Amino acid sequence: MSDGNYFTRDRSWHPPAYTPSYKTSVVRSPNKALISFPPTLSEQTGPVFGHNILGELDNDLIHNFAQPGESAIGQRIIVHGRVLDENGRGVPGALVEFWQANAGGRYRHKKEGYLAPLDPNFGGCGRTITDAEGGYRFRTVKPGPYPWPNRQNDWRPAHIHFSIFGSGFGQRLITQMYFEGDPLIWQCPIVDTIPSREAIETLIAPLDMANTIPMDARAYKFDIVLRGRRSTMFENRPEGN
Amino acid sequence: MQKLNLLKESPSQTAGPYVHIGCVPNFSGIHGVYPEDLGAVMRREGAKGQPITIKGAVWDGTGTPLKDALVEVWQPDADGIFTSGDPRGAGDPNFSGWGRFAGDYDTGEWAFETVKPGPVPFPDGRMQAPNITFWVVARGINIGLQTRMYFPDEDNSADPVLGRMEHKNRVPTLIAQKESEGVYRFDIRLQGHKETVFFDV
Ligand SMILES: [Fe+3]
Repeated sequence: MSDGNYFTRDRSWHPPAYTPSYKTSVVRSPNKALISFPPTLSEQTGPVFGHNILGELDNDLIHNFAQPGESAIGQRIIVHGRVLDENGRGVPGALVEFWQANAGGRYRHKKEGYLAPLDPNFGGCGRTITDAEGGYRFRTVKPGPYPWPNRQNDWRPAHIHFSIFGSGFGQRLITQMYFEGDPLIWQCPIVDTIPSREAIETLIAPLDMANTIPMDARAYKFDIVLRGRRSTMFENRPEGN
Repeated sequence: MQKLNLLKESPSQTAGPYVHIGCVPNFSGIHGVYPEDLGAVMRREGAKGQPITIKGAVWDGTGTPLKDALVEVWQPDADGIFTSGDPRGAGDPNFSGWGRFAGDYDTGEWAFETVKPGPVPFPDGRMQAPNITFWVVARGINIGLQTRMYFPDEDNSADPVLGRMEHKNRVPTLIAQKESEGVYRFDIRLQGHKETVFFDV
């Protein structure tokens, strides 16, 4: 625990639990009010992951499941950005995990039924740990959009799932990254669980030609913001403590 | 007027049905990328305290278990110290404190091995009863749900979190059932009259 307590989470910025156009949420959404209490050590502390967990190809989805000498099929991209807190400070040492469908929109998962083919050289998972400034990057192929059973004809926009650990368990977050210019973003019931367009825009990664590797891979920039923490200077404690 | 220049937290999105690919790839059948799934083992040989097993499932509003839920837990060691970030000292080196478990694809049941946590002070200095923080994500859950599991064989009567709950009839949703010595069951219900208490901390 390096800092003070968390800023209150702005629940009106996040999706509410009950979002009937995303049908699965109907029976999976708590009805009762969430109960609040001041953050305790259980929220202020959290697991820390060392670089020793990382394999050499963990941040390279093009190669980390591929046969030697082969690579995943699809549009080669670099995804990079920073993990920040709400004060704008980089979060170093944050474990960032990502998973996605292959270039055809198919996941490597037992329960996946989409007819698009598996890519024998693509697994779909990767991870990295942020550097001293909160920066991260990985290489992958651009995932395809895919249809999913909800209303009669719903399609997910191309997206990458992200799981992020901050410095405390109270910052735990799972979200999704979308790609600039995808018209499916504005038709997706899962995207639409987020109440405001302004909030949705923060999940859309712009094409970043400056960081593109010529003749190799285009780049997309995706910054992720975790809950901020107050300064510790004037914490209220009982007198004498 | 000046601007505060604060950023907004990235909005949550559901973990979706394929969360296993990213978080527990070996469980999902993707082998050879990571040697093991993170969070699968919480205690090693030599860990202090009482070894315990916790089992359970996550239930939807129709009474059906979720077969695609992912549960994470975070708890202190047997002495009540968290193994990372705790200003009071270093925790048990043979205990991780953090676990991550997927429900079985057919039954939704999960189980994990840990140690019974020690008590930890509330911010005002009062002691909390021993508890484990749970965080649940799944398809259809738009933002991760945080709850706590308390123990039926501990004195929970002075716990500051349980004590502040207006509806005392909801407190039992946070208390595990004892199946046998060292084996507890904790069912998490997303809806219904036994809906588990979830927290916004
Ligand atoms: Fe997806």
